[in-house]
Amino acid sequence: MTSSTTMTAGARVGESAVRPDAPPKVQGRFAFGNDLWADGMLYGATLRSPHASARILSIDIAPALAIAGVHAVLTSDDVPGRSVFGLEHPDQPVLASDVVRYVGEPLAVVAADDPDTARRAVVAIAVDYEVLPPLVDPEAAPSATPIHPDGNVFRELTIRHGDVDSVGEVVVEGEYEVGMQDQAFLGCESGLAIPDRDGAGVEMFVSTQFLHVDVEQTAACLGIAVERLRATVAGVGGAFGGREDISLQVHVCLLALRTGRPVKMQYRRDESFVGHVHRHPARMRYRHHARRDGTLVKVEARLVLDGGAYASTSSAVLANATCFAAGPYRVPNALIEGIAVRTNNPPCGAMRGFGNVQACFAHEAQMDRLADELGIDPVDLRLRNALAPGDRLVTNQLLTGAAPVEAVIRACAQAPLPDIVGPAMGEPMARPGGAGRTAAGEPDRVVRGVGFAASIKNLMFSEGFDDYSTARVVVEDGRVTVHCACAEVGQGFVTVAQQIAREVLDLDDVVVAPADTSVGSAGSTSASRQTMMSGGAVEGACRIVREQIDTDRDAGRSMSGRYEATYEHHHAPTTPLDANGQGDAHAAFAFAAHRAVVDVDLDLGLVRVVDITTAQDVGRLINPLQAVGQIEGGIAQGVGLAVMEELVVRDGRIVNASFTDYLIPTALDMPTVTIAALIEDPEPNAPFGAKGIGEPPCISSVAAVAAAIRNATGRPVRRVPVRPEDLVL
Amino acid sequence: MSYSVQINGVVHTVTDGGIGESLLYALRERLGFPGSKNACEQGECGSCSVVVDGALVCSCLVLAAACDGREVVTIEGLGDGSTLTDVQRAFVEAGAVQCGFCTPGLVVAIDRLLAEQQSPDELAVRESISGNLCRCTGYGRILEAVARVVAERATS
Repeated sequence: MTSSTTMTAGARVGESAVRPDAPPKVQGRFAFGNDLWADGMLYGATLRSPHASARILSIDIAPALAIAGVHAVLTSDDVPGRSVFGLEHPDQPVLASDVVRYVGEPLAVVAADDPDTARRAVVAIAVDYEVLPPLVDPEAAPSATPIHPDGNVFRELTIRHGDVDSVGEVVVEGEYEVGMQDQAFLGCESGLAIPDRDGAGVEMFVSTQFLHVDVEQTAACLGIAVERLRATVAGVGGAFGGREDISLQVHVCLLALRTGRPVKMQYRRDESFVGHVHRHPARMRYRHHARRDGTLVKVEARLVLDGGAYASTSSAVLANATCFAAGPYRVPNALIEGIAVRTNNPPCGAMRGFGNVQACFAHEAQMDRLADELGIDPVDLRLRNALAPGDRLVTNQLLTGAAPVEAVIRACAQAPLPDIVGPAMGEPMARPGGAGRTAAGEPDRVVRGVGFAASIKNLMFSEGFDDYSTARVVVEDGRVTVHCACAEVGQGFVTVAQQIAREVLDLDDVVVAPADTSVGSAGSTSASRQTMMSGGAVEGACRIVREQIDTDRDAGRSMSGRYEATYEHHHAPTTPLDANGQGDAHAAFAFAAHRAVVDVDLDLGLVRVVDITTAQDVGRLINPLQAVGQIEGGIAQGVGLAVMEELVVRDGRIVNASFTDYLIPTALDMPTVTIAALIEDPEPNAPFGAKGIGEPPCISSVAAVAAAIRNATGRPVRRVPVRPEDLVL
Repeated sequence: MSYSVQINGVVHTVTDGGIGESLLYALRERLGFPGSKNACEQGECGSCSVVVDGALVCSCLVLAAACDGREVVTIEGLGDGSTLTDVQRAFVEAGAVQCGFCTPGLVVAIDRLLAEQQSPDELAVRESISGNLCRCTGYGRILEAVARVVAERATS
């Protein structure tokens, strides 16, 4: 989409706003976590397990301590508080003591005068392991010997909806697989910890998505009161779920408290690949039942997610995959079994799309298969079954909010196909694989395909979690300051907060203060929730302040004083799922549709994604320009998962932990993105009717590209990312 | 080891440099130019892009000591600190900035591209920035920013 959007100074809700952090970012003046510096600062480094499964027989830190410039070498014995952490369930050691369960698991941390010395000290630590055979097959995990005291199953969830024995006139089956994707944010994990003078508290600056839970977890492991750990979100170089759980937070604070000096840690790229959780690999078996006219009768599915060595958010990811396994369609009967298991593979957790991405790839492949079987146009089949307000999900939840499913499908499908020259005629550089890699001279061996997909995503936290955000708004001499601990990770909350404050207060001068623990929790920057949750908190606080101002004005007092209000915004309560996976577990939903055009080299199996056209349900646009950026960026991650991005794991070891071997889309890999429509159907009880928009772009885009490749090649394409060998062998 | 390098028009001398240190390390850790970013440190992401004697390079792949006597331009050398260049302004206004980690490298790369080619077509722009990874934007607003600069320069 070429945008001729004009920027408005003092932009209000619905106008395109310039990010206040954009000028320093384009000048290189914006401080990211790894740009931080403090007087007398030491550098931290981490010793990590080279084995996927091993017993630790001994750790000898003496050789490391003997190196000049090394100030501390800490192991599990030095963790004064809780020895484990974890976002939903603490099961992961801060530092491994008796066993290691994945390649890259931390065993010891070092502080030294400079990064090189710290790394040399890490290498000098002598660990004696008894190597064990790793458990790497997720299907085998439930019945295998437990590799953790909590067992090998994180969660099993079965949805039984309607008549689970019903049978359709037509049945289609399929098996699908999704590989492990990495968030690949560009700014690696980084943080700085500065000990208090009394040695009993610490201040932390960290690149994170979820500040207050970082603090709760870190303080518990440090054995200090949360009040003694003050924290600020340091400049965050992207997140996409990979910073929702903690990485170096406890380590850097431990080192600072032990040495009495500021300590900085920053991961290198190869370390980052093992230093955060990934998108769950999934194996999915499906059976769709329908009437001859295309009406869905029942969906049966079994989804297996490999959660890797520790729990992280596996149980919530599984809930998403299972609850939305049937997609944005009316499905009266369903039997859907989901299981997330523990293995000795790298831990998996949050990544943009959070379980819905995997399920969408499968349910959309099934819809195409069904359309093919019935001889119905794939878009018509989707329209026939599209959810609408008043319908029930397979969890029996009544759809009460905005649900313009039919509108997004129609808008996307009816957009004209882009006028892009065919595969045989285009510039060599624009062919699959680029210049020199296409079967040149045989133009008919490069073929074009078109595919379509639609998706549903739950917004904000689900299953009875008391999800809230806090904002404090201060107006002084006409200038507004918004205090909110919402992590700005690039998504643009800084403008959303400004725009909402301006709109409610009718004042233009709005500053968003650094996100820190001087204000209550804003929750996580994830689940497409911050515009709705922290936006709601800012709106609430501003409305109270506005009332104070209006009262003064009505009483004839001038608006010269100071006004302040703090507001905690909770979304409407949700409930846990019952034994049959039924319940009002989700707060709100967003829908999207994607159409992909691809060119495929039939001899080399190379794919070029030529165009993605999309329509998305956005509730109400707060910042139109930023919405476009979220959509284009999310589609890039969807395209990446569809055709190139996979952490290849062999015997528990990631074999491609670098940007040389783990490829993410470049400007040449990215298709044109055409936004056919942004459907503004306001969501009740959301700030200005806005819905979160971050995740839908990377959900059905994956499935649409896979469908386009099927259309071009006639191959089944049961797995993403689609590899050349999947298309030519 | 000791070497002198001209950075953004000013000569800087390093007296205690390590032999294997990259230009990126020297810029960020020794010379006070943290604008160049370290996302991969193996020449794959372009976040550390700088110009050495007129050539666009990944500063992570250049030995700092090999820049003795050379002229280096970093992101801090574009604009005058308070005013934005047309490329920087276009990035801000076109929505080309999200997390911003790739931004300094992209601004340097595009500044160089447009110094060499007045009106590259879209495929040429895509090719020329294909060594700069961006994980947030999908490049759409970045391409839009380049198009705006090209159009503006053509009419001015």
